[in-house]
Parts: sequence; structure tokens; C-alpha cells
Amino acid sequence: MRDASPAKTYALHVGVIALLFVLNFVLPDYHQGLFARIMALAVFAMGYNLLFGYVGLLSLGHAMFFSAGLYGAGLTVYHLGWGVPEAFVAGVACGALLALAIGLLALRTSGVAFMIVTMMFAQVFYLLILYFAAWTGGDQGLVIQQASRVISIGGASLDLTNSTVRYMNALALFSVVLLITLAIVRSRFGRVLVAIRENEERTKMLGYDTVANKLAAVVASGAICAASGAAYALLFGYVGSSFASVQYSILPLLWVLLGGAATTLGPLVGTLFMYYVTDIASGFTSAYLLIVGVALILLVLFFPKGILGTIRERWLGWLP
Amino acid sequence: MADKNGFFDLSKKELSRRTALKGIAAGTGLALAPGFVRYSQAQSSAPIKIGFQLHRTGIGAAYGRWYEKTSAAAVKAINDAGGIGGRKVELVIEDDGTDPARGAEVVAKFAKQHKTDIVFGTLFSHVVIGSAPAAGENKIPYFVVSEGHHVASTKLNRYVFQPGITDVKSQIQSMAPWIAANAGKKVTQIFPDFAFGYDHRDYLPPALKAQGADVIAQIAIPPTESSFTKYFPQIPAETEVIYHVMVGPAVLTFVKELGEFYGSQRPQLFGFIDSLEAVDINSPGLEFLDGSHFWEGSPRYAQPDDSAAQKAYRAAVGIDDNGAAVGDPKDVSTAAHMFGCWETLYVVKKAMEDAGYKGPEDRAKLVEATEALKEFAEGPEHPQGPKSFNGKIHQCFGIQNISKVEGGKLKVVHKTKIEDGLYEPEGDYTTQAL
Repeated sequence: MRDASPAKTYALHVGVIALLFVLNFVLPDYHQGLFARIMALAVFAMGYNLLFGYVGLLSLGHAMFFSAGLYGAGLTVYHLGWGVPEAFVAGVACGALLALAIGLLALRTSGVAFMIVTMMFAQVFYLLILYFAAWTGGDQGLVIQQASRVISIGGASLDLTNSTVRYMNALALFSVVLLITLAIVRSRFGRVLVAIRENEERTKMLGYDTVANKLAAVVASGAICAASGAAYALLFGYVGSSFASVQYSILPLLWVLLGGAATTLGPLVGTLFMYYVTDIASGFTSAYLLIVGVALILLVLFFPKGILGTIRERWLGWLP
Repeated sequence: MADKNGFFDLSKKELSRRTALKGIAAGTGLALAPGFVRYSQAQSSAPIKIGFQLHRTGIGAAYGRWYEKTSAAAVKAINDAGGIGGRKVELVIEDDGTDPARGAEVVAKFAKQHKTDIVFGTLFSHVVIGSAPAAGENKIPYFVVSEGHHVASTKLNRYVFQPGITDVKSQIQSMAPWIAANAGKKVTQIFPDFAFGYDHRDYLPPALKAQGADVIAQIAIPPTESSFTKYFPQIPAETEVIYHVMVGPAVLTFVKELGEFYGSQRPQLFGFIDSLEAVDINSPGLEFLDGSHFWEGSPRYAQPDDSAAQKAYRAAVGIDDNGAAVGDPKDVSTAAHMFGCWETLYVVKKAMEDAGYKGPEDRAKLVEATEALKEFAEGPEHPQGPKSFNGKIHQCFGIQNISKVEGGKLKVVHKTKIEDGLYEPEGDYTTQAL
């Protein structure tokens, strides 16, 4: 990362947030709903990117952190009747705690072994959801009723099933997480993470505790992914085991690779791109996954570092 | 632009004959212009758009293909007979990939982008449950053909209906009297360790108990299992009936290994045809099923006593006497379930006509009109048989078939009554706001 003037960087990020805010009033109904979903899932990708892009740890088990948030929030609403804010906090806490436990174990490995260990833990998590079907709804999942998805603050209430309220909540979460990731990657901590990615041995020799830093990154990544899962449950009202399946571990990797690993805005670009290619292609053919595959191959050929990664390399060296 | 000829001069009082003729000619021309005609009739004769949430890809694809064929045949039949309230019906198809997240997006797409009148056709339970919130939020009636108990459990919302196929709780309950009277009193259940299996695990024991029979063992098999022999020693020796509902590609191995385990001395076998939908009953390895019994929603094979309506339905959908596609005997249909698409579309027609449905602004009226339905008589619109409908739980109840595998075919040996499948409602959707 070359030196950038902070003003330019912050202006870009605030500009993106402002653009997304304006889009709420401009987009047709269907696309407004789709954007809310994309922003919520882009948070998942941002959490993944923190670990994969900046620390260089490729996890194939992040579905468990997303679904820890999804179930942490969903089950507290469904079974305990908690309110939306408490449930959201519960979801994030579940993800952070799980990430701490998994991090302590999985960080004893690296490279391919780390991939396999995280994938196995995620599989265990997935099977646990099926095993405790009496509480989780198993493979069918549970519906969070509309009446439970209302935030009451004082006398006012915000109905998350209202499309504008939902969009704004997704945008708020997205904005906060975007600014947090930006702050992380610009901080000392963020630079140590990049140093670990580039050369862990040398970073150790320089006196940094690489294990502690990596663990902190796993917990931050897990908590962010869980925030995305919790938001997804509360905004869209469905909690199901398919979100814990291996597919949802691969998807954030794909979104991040597409948008550009180790770029703060790449996860949004990647998620947006994948969603729209799928949505548009499925209108023309049932073989839309083939089109998605071809699009991915073309991107790898012509944008090997992802869309924003390549743009940064060729034109805008200051992009964070 | 200057008004040189005083065209817009309202102070001119005289209307010349020439001006009047011009005005009449222009007005007539405008009224006859194709665009104007289309516009003036938009409310009355624009097609009714039905959003078809289809499992075109993913694990539900085999069912999806036949759901599509059956629905297309029903729409053709409805349109040939004048449509719904005089308006043609059009299916707008979106693939949900048999995925609940995509399912919810597809429902939103129907409501907001395609602006369909209703959404219809979903089979897999997790997709129905995942999509139901989107239907409720968009206030678009969502007619599923899923056979899951989720609609009748009243855990979804007021916009979700299942009027064309019975639910699994009712089906299981209807089977119990026949099993207890004809197959045996000591039953061992073998089922997949996920939701479809749990319905059978939970609903069969009380239903059998009421008939004086017992489930003496329940064996849950993990969905990832590919070999089953190690589970068979768990089957108690005194078992008189094995009740099996394995599904998926492993079912062929399951049956083959069960055959090897028992040889010629086996207990009675009773299963749900869900295991073998779209699978040829004469596939190698299934010989062991000869003489065993299956639940069927609608019979796969043509029966000697088929009604004229059943014959017409089979011809319209394009299945032969063996339940395979006409002209392709290997393309076996999902006959036990797909009739639900046909019947659901006719229920939609009836409810829309009862509601005087004009367009999306009448969706609430359509919900109420559907809830008001009580009975569907057997006939061309309901070829599977008569049904009753409970508007409070949005679920229909009907007859079930028990078929015996004989000479490589399924022969119906018993038809249950509607009453056999009735149970106490678990809630009431009509108390929810529209």
C-alpha cells in the first residue's frame, strides 16, 4: 500500500456511503431490496477480507461465524422473545466467542492445514445445527415473525420489514463496518497484519507477537461476519442451516477475490457483481451458473487481483 | 410556438362544421388505434400473471421439471376454457436453485419487478419457509405445493397457502389404520436424520398408538450415509413392519442392502413413494420391494378404475400408463406430488373468481376468498380426488392411496377417507392482520 492522503481515502469511503444513501431513493423497489441484502452480505465479505486479504489466512469455514450470528440473533428472538438490539448483540457475541475458540485451536496450523481445520469446524457447526433440530429447526429453519422484527426506542418503533427502514439499517451496519475496517487497516495493528501476511518470520523477529495479532484478527473477522449473520436474520426473517453449509464458506471467498482481496471496498464490489450477474443471467437461461463461471474465469484472466485490486495496481495506487 | 391560426384561442365562439368533423375523425382514430385499445382494456383483459417459483436447478430439479410440465398443462387447460374471470393466465418462471435465500429474493422479484398477481409452486420445505417472510412483507399470496406441515403449523403467515396437496402430518395419520390392520402391530421406523424424517418420527407413533399398534424402534440415518448394512442389526427381531422413508440417491443402495440382509424372509415393508419419485420402480436393485406397500398421493400407474377426470389429467400432462413421459419410458414422473400444481391452479382460479379479482390491489380480497373455500369436488379440476379445505390453517385435506408393488407396477389396494387425515388445528391465520 502506497502512502495516501487520509483526506482522499476518507472522502472516497464517505462518498460511497453517501451514494448508497441516495440510491435508496432512486432505485426501483426490487433493486432497493436487493441492495439491502447485498450490503448485509458485503459485511460478511468484509469480515472475511480482514482475515484473508490482510493477514493472508485462507479460511474455508467462515459460514460458521456468519451462522453463529444468524442463530445467535434468531434463536434469542424466537425462543427467548428478545428485542432486536439485544438479539443483534447476542449474535455478534456468539460469533466473537466462537472465533476466539476456533482461533485458539486453528491458529496452531497454517496454510492448507488451516483451510482444512476451519472447514472441518464449520462442518461440525453445520451438523450441530441439524442435530439440535428441536431448537434450530434443522434443515428447514425457522421464521422470525414480522411482529418480532420491530425496534422499539422510547415511544417510536422501527419496523425492519419496511423496505426503507431495512435498507437504512443495512446501510448503517455496512457503513460502520466499512469505517471500522478502514480504521483497522490504516492502524498499527493493520500494518502488523499485512507484515504477517508478507513475512511472518521477519515480523516475529521484529518483536511482534504474531500469534496474538492473528488471534485478534480472527476474532475481529468472526465478529464482523456474525454481525452480518445477525443482521440477515433480523432484516430478512429467516434462519436456516443452508447458511452454515460449505457453500456459504466459499461465497465470501469468491466475493472478496472478485472485488479485490485486501481492498476495503472490494468486498462490496465483489458481492454486488456476483449478485447482479446471477440475477440477470437467471432471467435468460437455467444454465446461469455456467455464465457466472465464465464471468469468473474472465475476471481471473483479465483482473487477476480482483476488480479493485487490479484498478489499484494499474491506476489508483492510493486505494486502501 | 405562436398560435397563428388561433387554434388555442378560447375566445373563438364559433365551431365550424369542418372543425367538428375533424374533431370526430381524430377522436375515432385515436379510439381505434391499437395502443389505445390495449390501454383501455388493460384492466379487464391483461393476462393474470402467476409467478412460478421453480426448482429448476439444485436438489429439487427432478421434481421441478415435472412441476413445470404439470403447471404448463393446467394453465393451457384453464386458458382453453376461457382463463380466469375471462382473462388469460401467464406463468412467469424464476429458478430458485432450491435455495431458501434465493427463494426469498425470487418472491421479492415477483412482487416488485415482475409485478405478478401471486406466487406459486414451491416444493421443498426449506425454500417455502425461507421465502414465506418475503411473501408476507410484500403482501403477495403465496400458494405452495410442498406437502410439508409448515403451512398448517401456522408458523408462517397469512399470505401462505397449501390448498392443492395434503400435508405430511395428515398423510402419516391416514396410513396408520391400514398399517395396523393389514401389515402388523410392531413397527420399526427407518428414516433420514433431517426434517423430512422427523415428521415421520414424530407423527407416526401417536397415530399407530391410536390404532392399537406400536413403534418399537426408530432408526435415524445420517443424510451423508452411503452404506446402511451396519444399521440393520438395530431392527428388533420381533418387528412385523419396517416403515421406511429414505430419500435421495442412496435409496437404491438402501433397498439392495436391506434385501441382502433379510433374504427371502422379511417383515412387511411400508414406505413413502417420496423415496422413489422420478425413479423407475423396475430399476436394478429394487426387486426386493416386490410385494411391499407404498403411500402415493396420486397413483403413478394408471389404475383400472381411473375416473375420466384422472384420464384426462394424465393425457393433458403427458404421462403414459406407467407414469412416465409419453414417448420416453425412462423419464419417470413425480406423479404422487405434481397433481398438486394442477389442483392448486384451479383453486387459485376459483378464489380469484370468487373475489372478483382485478389486480394486485385485490390481493387481500383474494386471501379472504381463499380462506372462505370449504370443499373441492372430485372432477377435472381436482382429478386426484375430493378435498376439504381449512381456511384457518390454509391447508387442504384429501384422500391418500396405498399401493402394492406387483409385477413391476404399483397397484392401488386401498384409498383412505378425508376424515382419516384430519387433526386439531394448531392455530388460526385469520386472526393475523392483512
